[in-house]
Amino acid sequence: MSTETLPIIPPNPVEEFLRTDRMPHIWCPGCGIGTTVNCFVRALLGSKTDLTKLAVVSGIGCTGRVAGYVNLDSFHTTHGRAIPFATGLKLANPKMTVVVYSGDGDLFAIGGNHLIHAARRNLDLKVICVNNLIYAMTGGQTAPTTPGDVITSTAPYGTYDPAFNLPYLCEAAGAVYVARWTTFHVMQLAKSMREMFSKKGFGFIEILSPCPTLYQRRNKMGDGLDAMKFYKQVSKIKHGTPTAEVGLTKSGEIIVGKFVDRERPDYTSMMQEHFQQELGDKYIKVEEPVCS
Amino acid sequence: MHADPTGVLTGSHFMDGDHACCEGALAAGARFAAGYPITPSTEVVERFSQRAPKVGGTFIQMEDELAASITILGAVWGGVKAFTVTSGPGFSLMMEHIGYAVMTETPCVFINVQRGGPSTGLPTLPGQADMMQARWGSHGDYEIIALCPNSPQECFELTVKAFNLSEKYRLPVFVMLDEVVGHMTEKVVIPAADQIEVEPRHFTTKDPESFRLFQPCGEEQTPEMARAGDGYHLHVTGLTHDERGYPNMTPPMQDKLVKRLCTKIRDNVSKITITDQHEVEGADVVVVSYGITSRVAERAISLAKQKGIKVGSLRLITAWPFPDHVIKAIAPNVKGLVVPELNLGQMVREVERAAAGRCRVLHVPHAGGTVHDPQVILKAIQEVAR
Amino acid sequence: MAKGAVQIVVERCKACGFCVEFCPTHVLALSSAFNSQGYHPPHAVAPDKCSGCDLCGMFCPDFAIHGYRNAKPAKDADGAAEPPATGSKEETDNAR
Repeated sequence: MSTETLPIIPPNPVEEFLRTDRMPHIWCPGCGIGTTVNCFVRALLGSKTDLTKLAVVSGIGCTGRVAGYVNLDSFHTTHGRAIPFATGLKLANPKMTVVVYSGDGDLFAIGGNHLIHAARRNLDLKVICVNNLIYAMTGGQTAPTTPGDVITSTAPYGTYDPAFNLPYLCEAAGAVYVARWTTFHVMQLAKSMREMFSKKGFGFIEILSPCPTLYQRRNKMGDGLDAMKFYKQVSKIKHGTPTAEVGLTKSGEIIVGKFVDRERPDYTSMMQEHFQQELGDKYIKVEEPVCS
Repeated sequence: MHADPTGVLTGSHFMDGDHACCEGALAAGARFAAGYPITPSTEVVERFSQRAPKVGGTFIQMEDELAASITILGAVWGGVKAFTVTSGPGFSLMMEHIGYAVMTETPCVFINVQRGGPSTGLPTLPGQADMMQARWGSHGDYEIIALCPNSPQECFELTVKAFNLSEKYRLPVFVMLDEVVGHMTEKVVIPAADQIEVEPRHFTTKDPESFRLFQPCGEEQTPEMARAGDGYHLHVTGLTHDERGYPNMTPPMQDKLVKRLCTKIRDNVSKITITDQHEVEGADVVVVSYGITSRVAERAISLAKQKGIKVGSLRLITAWPFPDHVIKAIAPNVKGLVVPELNLGQMVREVERAAAGRCRVLHVPHAGGTVHDPQVILKAIQEVAR
Repeated sequence: MAKGAVQIVVERCKACGFCVEFCPTHVLALSSAFNSQGYHPPHAVAPDKCSGCDLCGMFCPDFAIHGYRNAKPAKDADGAAEPPATGSKEETDNAR
């Protein structure tokens, strides 16, 4: 007879990455941000990234709160300015892997200018953009990503201005990795994040996520689960689709997949090579932060 | 601690204030700057962009001052000393991040080469009209330190001092010069590195389990510092937070945190204050001035002395925190204080407040664009001496 | 014994329903119990169907559930191995 032993329940792999003393978090029931964090953690576990050298920088908004919940060096900065903060962090300590984790409004409205310049420079930043098509934290106002004919708190009769096509914008600005997934595509999203972490340069992943309390509810589109079912139903995985063609509408097709994966030298490499060339042995390269 | 010789350009130089500020930053150990061009400050970062690659530093010209002002904060948390430079319009854009630096207790330096304002104003001409903005420009309650050099030599020395104070008290410190000091070329003597006192960053030696990033300690009641990448799992937020840095948005935490951010300066005003006083003892009139105006005031004071007036001078080297105790000591013993400044009434309000009616305070305003005519200041001295 | 099982942190659950909907073998359903916040957490209604794939854990926005594979059963005391599970490679090979 074999000896009975109590089964050891392996812990949820996400636990060691959470500031568990701050659980439960503030996100609404059916909000997809937590789901993206699961994918993020799985991506980190599957990659070779040294976690002490990983920092998460976020802005303001619901997605911005991710920084406060992850048990890593994390920085909750000002609205729209996660990317310049991340730029300073990365340039001061080139060995850090710097992930910018923020929302569509934070990165593309107030933060839009910083995003395009960071992409232009091809700074080695990994940008995870949770796109819930709205300004959620402040109560559901129109975002630059809100599709047309959507009711928001500042467009009570429905939106009429055009929305950004985020992958198109990022590709045009110079990003070397551009992908879009939804919170339904958990396996593909984790894999995509892992790919992005191992690629040097400006990487961008857009993740469509439900905002049940504001977007869904105001537009009588059900709850978070309804949004997830909608993503499952209307999304099509079409890798390599030209980004100009992946714009979103209120209830139309959602094209997901990896759209851009190209090679360009990253900012730090370009800078270092240039100074090496121009200054020779007078150049002192920054490897580690030096602080007197 | 002494300066790292790598950044110290020891020697006797002929350089302007802007360039001297850059050398001060390098001597203090700054190895990162982010900036955006704005007259009359641009030369500071132009020089830094040239010096940085040869001393192990990094410069990046950001897309605007909003970016520059937070890029330096990211660099500080990455583990280096960092600064940015601007003038009026850019200073206005930096206000949110000044508040963020205060709230997150990020040591850094902001250099403002003041010009005529408001708005685009006089890009190439002096003003001293951002003094109140340095103190109150960001939202919320907070305290800062501001230093006012009146020569290129002081630009060097006070920029070093600014970095030292920022590390000591873990907050942003301002160097408030003006276009004339920034663009005047004078002798600047930069000593040997071992003659330059530099305050090192107070990195913690505690282990990650017990370290609290926002727990005050030591004589200055200032928390120890850390940086990303050392396994501390730091959390830094602009939200009202507890000693771990975790958001705690409640009235008791607000009371505790914001009061502490203010008292760490308010309780140390006498330690922080630097003034330059001449013949204040026994004077009938004391001229209170700062920056370029103090040099014009010197001329007026000398003319007044020739006329037999007992006049002394009080130069504010630290304009903020305002040295109430210095004014309180002088006011009862003089007929009045004369306050010339290149604005229509900023630091004079502080002088009036601190004097609390114990003596007359005569303001000598100037809308900016050039320096005072010494005769105007002389007339004010004579008026008070009557 | 099922291939896998789930562990639920009842107090974190906000009853969004993602785990119930997307479990490939329909192991879960929202229970009639309440947690202290008033939400109905899920429970395993078909636990023997659980493969331990942890898709529920991947989907859960509240980190309130995860799936895990049960440890493989041990050999008997007399040394004979347990019969392989249906559809395993060994059985297919033996059948050739």
